[in-house]
Amino acid sequence: MTDGKIAVSLRGVTKRFGEDVVAVNQMDLEIQDGEFFSLLGPSGCGKTTTLRIIAGLEYPTEGSVQIYGEEMGLSPPNKRPVNTVFQSYALFPHMNVEDNVAFGLRMKKVDEAEVRRRTDEAIELVRLTGMEKRSSRALSGGQQQRVALARALVNQPKVLLLDEPLGALDLKLRQAMQLELKDIQSEVGISFVYVTHDQEEALTMSDRIAVMNEGDLIQVGRPEDIYESPVDLFVASFVGDMFFLPGEIVESGTVKLVGGETVQARTTSAPGTSVTLGVRPEMLALYGDRKEAPPGRNAVSGTVGRKIFYGEAIFYEVDSGASGTFDVRVENVPSARRWDVGDTVIVDFHLEAATAFAE
Amino acid sequence: MTMLREQDDSPQEAVNPELERKAERRESWRGFFHAVPAYVYLIVFFVLPLFVVFVFSFASRGRTGRPILENWNLDGWTRLGDPLVSTIVGRSLFVAVLNTFLCLIIGYAFAYWIATRPKQSTRTLLLILVLIPFWSNFLVRTYAWRLLLDSDGYITQLGEWTGLWGRMLFTLPAVFLGLLYGFLPFMVLPLYAAIERIDWSLVEAGRDLYASGTKAFLKITLPLSRPGIIAGSILVFIPSLGAYVTPDILGGAKTTLLGNFIVTQFGAARNWPFGSALSSAILIVMVAATILYFRSGARTV
Amino acid sequence: MTLHEGARAGRRVDRLLSFNGWLVFAFLYLPILIVIVFSFSGAANVGIWGGFSLRWYERMFGNEQLMKSLQNTLWIALFSTIISTVLGTAAALALDRYRRWVGRGAFDAILYMPVIIPDVTMAVMLLLWFTQIGLPLGRGSILLAHIAFNISFVAIVVRARLANMDPVVEEAAADLYATRWLTFRRVTLPLIMPGVLGGGLLALTLSLDDVVITSFVQGPGATTLPVHVFGLIRKTVTPEINAVSTLMVTASMILVFASLAIQRRE
Repeated sequence: MTDGKIAVSLRGVTKRFGEDVVAVNQMDLEIQDGEFFSLLGPSGCGKTTTLRIIAGLEYPTEGSVQIYGEEMGLSPPNKRPVNTVFQSYALFPHMNVEDNVAFGLRMKKVDEAEVRRRTDEAIELVRLTGMEKRSSRALSGGQQQRVALARALVNQPKVLLLDEPLGALDLKLRQAMQLELKDIQSEVGISFVYVTHDQEEALTMSDRIAVMNEGDLIQVGRPEDIYESPVDLFVASFVGDMFFLPGEIVESGTVKLVGGETVQARTTSAPGTSVTLGVRPEMLALYGDRKEAPPGRNAVSGTVGRKIFYGEAIFYEVDSGASGTFDVRVENVPSARRWDVGDTVIVDFHLEAATAFAE
Repeated sequence: MTMLREQDDSPQEAVNPELERKAERRESWRGFFHAVPAYVYLIVFFVLPLFVVFVFSFASRGRTGRPILENWNLDGWTRLGDPLVSTIVGRSLFVAVLNTFLCLIIGYAFAYWIATRPKQSTRTLLLILVLIPFWSNFLVRTYAWRLLLDSDGYITQLGEWTGLWGRMLFTLPAVFLGLLYGFLPFMVLPLYAAIERIDWSLVEAGRDLYASGTKAFLKITLPLSRPGIIAGSILVFIPSLGAYVTPDILGGAKTTLLGNFIVTQFGAARNWPFGSALSSAILIVMVAATILYFRSGARTV
Repeated sequence: MTLHEGARAGRRVDRLLSFNGWLVFAFLYLPILIVIVFSFSGAANVGIWGGFSLRWYERMFGNEQLMKSLQNTLWIALFSTIISTVLGTAAALALDRYRRWVGRGAFDAILYMPVIIPDVTMAVMLLLWFTQIGLPLGRGSILLAHIAFNISFVAIVVRARLANMDPVVEEAAADLYATRWLTFRRVTLPLIMPGVLGGGLLALTLSLDDVVITSFVQGPGATTLPVHVFGLIRKTVTPEINAVSTLMVTASMILVFASLAIQRRE
């Protein structure tokens, strides 16, 4: 997949609107050839603006955009070797499916026979064969999305840009489309730059993710790295479930909670620093008393305050007094022990489950 | 490999700082060029004429009434204070305001009636029926009333038969009828457009809240249809104020309105500077009103 | 939920409204119908029906002056519509799609002004201006005058339509290699066409209807149909005018149905 070539390179890209609004702040980013790359972040973090800058629909206030080594500069979007799938699909309402898909090819004056061939191929790729003559206004959301995809891919762009393309679809359809998109990307082989605010979507689909917040690029890495080694509180809380407890580092690798308990955790700051301890609920286990819990791991005692049944898992809120509340997620399998509100339990976890974040 | 955010405080050199500005300038020129033909045309055939009218109002009156661009004076403007002028202006304002008011009352009831017909096909049909007279030639429509109000016209016959009225032609009421007739569709169409857009659930909530259909109408429906009321009123008031054809065909010497009065200055009365002063006065008021409207930020068109 | 789904006032009020509605329709149509009917009456006098006759129509078609003025009217209407529609559409694009350029604010204001001043004032302005610059008055001066007020009306209608159109499809077209011109021709224009046609229709009607401005800026030789008819009405009322009127109304009706047919295709 990756053969070392860089598909998109952003250097020092900044976008300011007016005096005060900084949409994108000094972004340095390299997207590899053939990779499925996601820009992830909450609304307003600058991910869509970044995408538009790559497409040429916005120009950066500062910085350079290169696509396969070629500096884009003032190049307008119709001269760039990239295509975009818009959030609202932006299909041409006065054209049918076929003419929508063929649009880019016709703009490039490709001869009609080839236009036919490639259009049919693209429509087949998104599994809409037979719908060619249908008006674009008579399509369902999912169908519109596929037309938008075909319309972009038929031009064989060097990079495909997608702006939250699945946002308007219902859950089941969205999940199905996620897999389809992934398959198409492997089949076509070009880099996809995918903007989303849905961290689950980013985790399942991407080769690498760039997490953004308020215009800044916070962390870039593979899904497992982002999830397991979040670089700060924001990434940790945005990606995956996590709960937080205040505390202080007593020595490297040890954090003292408000209630006095000391736990082993991953720390990067000096002793004495006030930290927020972030813990992933699914990495915790519950036991009746200390003897049952495996030795050499963290064990904090508490009382079950609330219990929520999710079907595939059960969520326990365990109140450990002054230290705070532990959220524990236990898979709902036959072998799992069930607890009731009021039970005294031991919360057990390995140091890898907890990360201390300095403010 | 995980790339951590760099705690790098060293000053970074701005790459390509001119890009955005260049792109914005390019867009700016594009926009300007789209407007240029219309812009130039309007400056030549609207803005400059505005100045000419203003300048001519200070010129002196030649033998044929045409302006002589010497001996600048304020004669044209001082005549604006003439009691005759005040009468005519007063009458015109009265006519325009009353006409707008009547069009509003009748037009609103009419538009509301159409908007509340349950079937879309009915509403469309009714609208088409309103459009036909609307698109019909204004002159023809006014002329039709001339026929009806003349000595042997049907309306006159009806009036004589019932004993209620005589020949109405060349009186102020005739002008009113003509103006109402001419401008009613101008009021109905924007009103309909605004009323049609109202969300009924708001009105329904109002009915529950106020326990009275009338109150709900006054407090909810009416305010929500404001844009239509404003648009329609402007479309009726301004032409009514400057009406010329209607008062000329249906009115007489005693019912001279502003429009006729101005036209006479360029015809029989042979006083172009005075006609220019009158026109300038109207323009100043209208231009001032537009600027105020734009400044207030309200923009419904 | 829209107003017509149940916003009917109570029974009594609704009946009153219906009564008012039909009354208004009668008010609007009866005068025109009477003109049309009497255009076919043989009597020289409008009060009495004189048997079916087409003599007024014959008179009308034989009237050379009238026919010439009709010809002028059509020529002026055609060209003023075409030119003002092109200029007005470009102006609307300039204002709606480009937010920052030199003189935009002033242009916005200038564009609105012809709409809000009475036509008498416009007539005076143009006459004085043409006199000042020594422009010979004739068919051409009328055309120039009509374009002057039509641009604004077209721009308003097209602008309303543009505002309703999501510009993202234009971005999509650019993303798909279309130049500005091709984006306009293949995407924007088809989508705003109802507005452009509506604006054009409005311009056509205003041009065909115009009396005051035309009468001020016309020259000795050329006049338009409405101005000619206006002159006739002021002098004497002959039934020939009924025939002319009927034809004008019929032309308007054809225009209305044509515009509806175009809108149906949306």
